[in-house]
Amino acid sequence: MNRDGVEIRWHGRGGQGAKTACLLLADVAFNTGKYVQGFPEYGPERMGAPITAYNRITETHCNVHSNIYKPDYVVVVDETLLKSVDVTNGLNEKGAVIINSNKDPEELRDELNGYKGKVCTVDAKKISVDTIGKNFPNTPMLAAVVKVSGVIDETQFIDDMEESFKHKFYNKPQMIEGNMKALKKALNEVQTS
Amino acid sequence: MAIRDRLSGNEAVAIAMRQIEPDVMGAFPITPSTEIPEYFSSFIADGLADTEFIAVESEHSAMSTCMGASAAGARAVTATSSAGLAYMWELLYVVASARLPVTMAVVNRALTGPININNDHSDSMGARDSGWLQIYAETNQEVYDNFIQAIPIAEAARLPIMVCQDGFITSHGVSNIDLIEDEKVKGFVGEYRPENYLLKHENPLAVGPYGTSPYYMEFKRQQAQSMKDAMPIIMDVAERFERMTGRKYGFFEEYMMDDAEVALVCIGSSAGTGKEAVDRLRAEGKKVGLIKLRVFRPFPRIPLAEAMCKVKAVAIMDKAESFSNSGGPLFNEARSSLYDLKDKPYAINYIYGLGGRDIRVEDFYDIYQDLFVIIEHDDPGDVYRYIGVRDSRFR
Repeated sequence: MNRDGVEIRWHGRGGQGAKTACLLLADVAFNTGKYVQGFPEYGPERMGAPITAYNRITETHCNVHSNIYKPDYVVVVDETLLKSVDVTNGLNEKGAVIINSNKDPEELRDELNGYKGKVCTVDAKKISVDTIGKNFPNTPMLAAVVKVSGVIDETQFIDDMEESFKHKFYNKPQMIEGNMKALKKALNEVQTS
Repeated sequence: MAIRDRLSGNEAVAIAMRQIEPDVMGAFPITPSTEIPEYFSSFIADGLADTEFIAVESEHSAMSTCMGASAAGARAVTATSSAGLAYMWELLYVVASARLPVTMAVVNRALTGPININNDHSDSMGARDSGWLQIYAETNQEVYDNFIQAIPIAEAARLPIMVCQDGFITSHGVSNIDLIEDEKVKGFVGEYRPENYLLKHENPLAVGPYGTSPYYMEFKRQQAQSMKDAMPIIMDVAERFERMTGRKYGFFEEYMMDDAEVALVCIGSSAGTGKEAVDRLRAEGKKVGLIKLRVFRPFPRIPLAEAMCKVKAVAIMDKAESFSNSGGPLFNEARSSLYDLKDKPYAINYIYGLGGRDIRVEDFYDIYQDLFVIIEHDDPGDVYRYIGVRDSRFR
């Protein structure tokens, strides 16, 4: 984006938590003192349908209320979307696309419509199954976008998320440890082309 | 000290309601306003607000509930969108003509045909002649601030009020907001002490009687007067609000208008995107400005015309189609307000953003470019235009 900030576009499928991850990213960025926007694009959604969500994270108040067409980063929560959605459309070549996949980033480049910038992958499914016990890819993807974009300091991110999870899982405290492990594992396991 | 937070527009309205603690909320859910009664009813369930929450079976009943409660002397609120507002239609007129200060959060959404859940202003613009005050917001901050101001405005004007925000764009978009402390909000809105009400036994009165022809027109003239009289009330409340928060409100906001040559007038969240276009064009040395209309009812005819007269050409933006074959509702009223003035700008209309069609900074660039062409050629061309439509026959 032209301003003092970062624009991020999320692609996921209804029910995978892309919107939740987008709002969590807005939360953690807010906690570091930034101005944030986190908003989903709604349509006739149902489980499994492609959805989009957006973040603007800026140093000063951002007036713009349109969708994001030239993101700095794109997060793909579901690898199968690469076949149906042009996820890198408008993506800044100095930015990156971050894909939930067990593949090497270069293996996916052919599916990115000629995108020349950085391609990152993280096996969010495996990480979440190993740590949380179920396929909740949004937590590892959130960590991956923090790692790749550098929009928030990692240590502060970890501290903040622990607080967020304590709040979010007030009635399910057994969820906190697994989610924290998922975050830390994802921070370490992002692969970059 | 303001409370720094990040909230969606719907959360912000629900928090304003908790702080105001009205006597009654009658509500029926409809996207995208559903979260407002959801959040607020959970506050009530948690003991954070002492409000009678009446879950009804339709919007017609939600407005009937508010009407009954307000006539009985209670402070009543509700929230709705789109077809929900349409289903209240009959009661909108009854509430306004009975001079009941009901406060309604309207989360603007397209009216059906084809069915659509996204934002435009066709719902509340359709209700523009119902006798309700209407205030619109650009951001979650503004919708929160407007909702708090709406209570004293409505009660002083003895008119119902719609506090509108753009569906999904601000209602579901999370961003930074400064909240006001609960006790300050309570102090600002005060206790509701109506002069007359149905349950006041010292002064029995009838509400909603038949208006025979010898009296009906006098009722209507008084009602029209109440709209006029609401103008200074809105400004008084805004001044009192500014003293409390430092945030300034009026009938409209002028952005970079002082030396502007061309400008646009719009309502709601798109004004923010337009401001970004203004900033970028100003950086290129182009003298452009923007007027964001906050109060649509009463229509600030004279001050708005004066503000528009600062420029040579103005684009008036409507997020609602009237199917009048002569432009949208804001265009017709704003343009008509210029008629008596000698040195008036060219005024053209753009219909935009219907059913959630996104309007981008680049679209505003194109509009400003069109305005410069108009002043260069001294010719407005076709004044009734669309922007953002994909069908090339209609560009």
